Amino acid sequence: MTPPEAVVRARELVKRFRDRTAVAGIDLEVRAGESFGVLGPNGAGKSSTMRMIGCVSAPTAGALEVLGMDPRRDGPRIRARLGVVPQRDTLDEELTVRQNLTTYARYFGIGRREARRRAGDLLEFVQLADRADSLVEPLSGGMKRRLTIARALVNEPDLLLLDEPTTGLDPQARHALWERLYSLRERGVTLILTTHYMDEAEQLCDRIVVMDGGRIVAEGSPAALIARHSSREVLELRLPAEQRQSNGGLLHRVAHRVEELPDRVLLYVDDADVVAAELRRGGVRAAGILPRRATLEDVFLRLTGRSLDDS
Amino acid sequence: MTRTGAGTAWTRAGAYWFVSLRSRWRGFVATSVLTPLLYLAGIGFGIGTLVGPVERSGGATYAEFVAPGLLVAAAMQTAVSESTWPVMSAVRWSRQYHAQLATPLTVTDVLLGHAAAVTVRLAVATGGFWLATVALGLARLPWALLALPAAVLAGLAFAGPVMALSVRLTSDQPLTFVFRFVVVPLFLLGGVFAPVEEFPAPVQALVAVAPLWHGVELARAASLGPGAGATPAVLWGHVAVLVGYAAAGWAAAVVAYRRRLS
Repeated sequence: MTPPEAVVRARELVKRFRDRTAVAGIDLEVRAGESFGVLGPNGAGKSSTMRMIGCVSAPTAGALEVLGMDPRRDGPRIRARLGVVPQRDTLDEELTVRQNLTTYARYFGIGRREARRRAGDLLEFVQLADRADSLVEPLSGGMKRRLTIARALVNEPDLLLLDEPTTGLDPQARHALWERLYSLRERGVTLILTTHYMDEAEQLCDRIVVMDGGRIVAEGSPAALIARHSSREVLELRLPAEQRQSNGGLLHRVAHRVEELPDRVLLYVDDADVVAAELRRGGVRAAGILPRRATLEDVFLRLTGRSLDDS
Repeated sequence: MTRTGAGTAWTRAGAYWFVSLRSRWRGFVATSVLTPLLYLAGIGFGIGTLVGPVERSGGATYAEFVAPGLLVAAAMQTAVSESTWPVMSAVRWSRQYHAQLATPLTVTDVLLGHAAAVTVRLAVATGGFWLATVALGLARLPWALLALPAAVLAGLAFAGPVMALSVRLTSDQPLTFVFRFVVVPLFLLGGVFAPVEEFPAPVQALVAVAPLWHGVELARAASLGPGAGATPAVLWGHVAVLVGYAAAGWAAAVVAYRRRLS
């Protein structure tokens, strides 16, 4: 068996705008069938990277290959095989759900009858079949996102690009969307998605890169990243300021690492329950105490010194 | 431009605009056909009862004189409407250009598709009004047939430059300006209701700079026929101005679209 072909390959990829550098030289390799996440806070360069891969924004410098072709030369041919879910919806809200799919299908040169057939199938897939003939405007945010995903699949793409697919959705809508993406992944569709939700990346991605300030600061599977950059478990403490002061020594003794955030203190430990008991014996009076498994959020905090919420 | 499968790429981009028209065709017909008919009724026939035959136009009735002017004014109105807010929306609000550009379509396809759709709408709108003027006996066939391409050409002379402007805008303020300080004054002073020779020289000069008057003169010469005293040399001059506007506008639009969308 030959190794899976690289769907995207980038070397020293740079995107500069007039007044700022959005992507400052990144290397990427995404393989066929993989579900690949680009993680990072707002302004990290995720969207610029996606727009270059989507062949709508030309790289300033570096090498980029998508589906074995050069975006500078073969833009239309590459885009013919991509599915794109942009960060901001580009649905026509004055058209019906079905019309949004069929007009989009025509951009790919798909005939009318075939477009209608695919629209029907895709609306089933994203659970919008019962809304096929209603206008898009009154749909909920989650429904619109699902429609955008259906639209991105209308050309049966080899690579699906999703730029912050669940930003702005309520938890229920996010889970509904994840479930659809998960089933695409099961079918072997190659996914590249950007997100600033760590749980999303853990749920959906085989492999991720963490971006910050236009650079890649870490790369690997979610589990490997956690193993490399964090302890196994985390103890979150809500601790009043004077308790932080008086117990500083103890906290540093029981943990591999202590991260002080404005609203809480994070202790990186091997066994959170054991440490919690130890702190209680030591007289620490926390307003709240939460033992949990380490997540990508902790990896991000470690790598960038910032939590994702305040970035 | 790209070619894959059914039809040329830009025709597929253009097809979108016809689907989108289905949801707002009433407004389109009202602006492009009914409004000029109201003007024709109120001014052409109404005020026409107070105005004798127009000597400089071979003794045509006032309604005959005004009808081709309103035809070209309708073309201007349609062209400017279709190349202002719809263009801005496709960039900024409904973002349909961005949707199209995520597909195999190129910036040129997107522009060409939209421009083609605007042209077809121009033809439909002016065609509707033109048929009405024929039915009312205000156009002298067969020459009057040439009033149609004259009106469409005048519309295109507006559409190109206005699309080039709209695609770059970050606020719709300038569009209001275009309507208030370009479209409306031209409509009133651009030769639609009275020969521009009746106006002071500075007004005539300003009117001659814009496409409307050239289109009106052409359409009027066609509609009233060869007996109305227009000379071919002058008419070809008008054609040249309109073609120049359309071509320069197109070139400006290509540059502006590339800059804004790629």
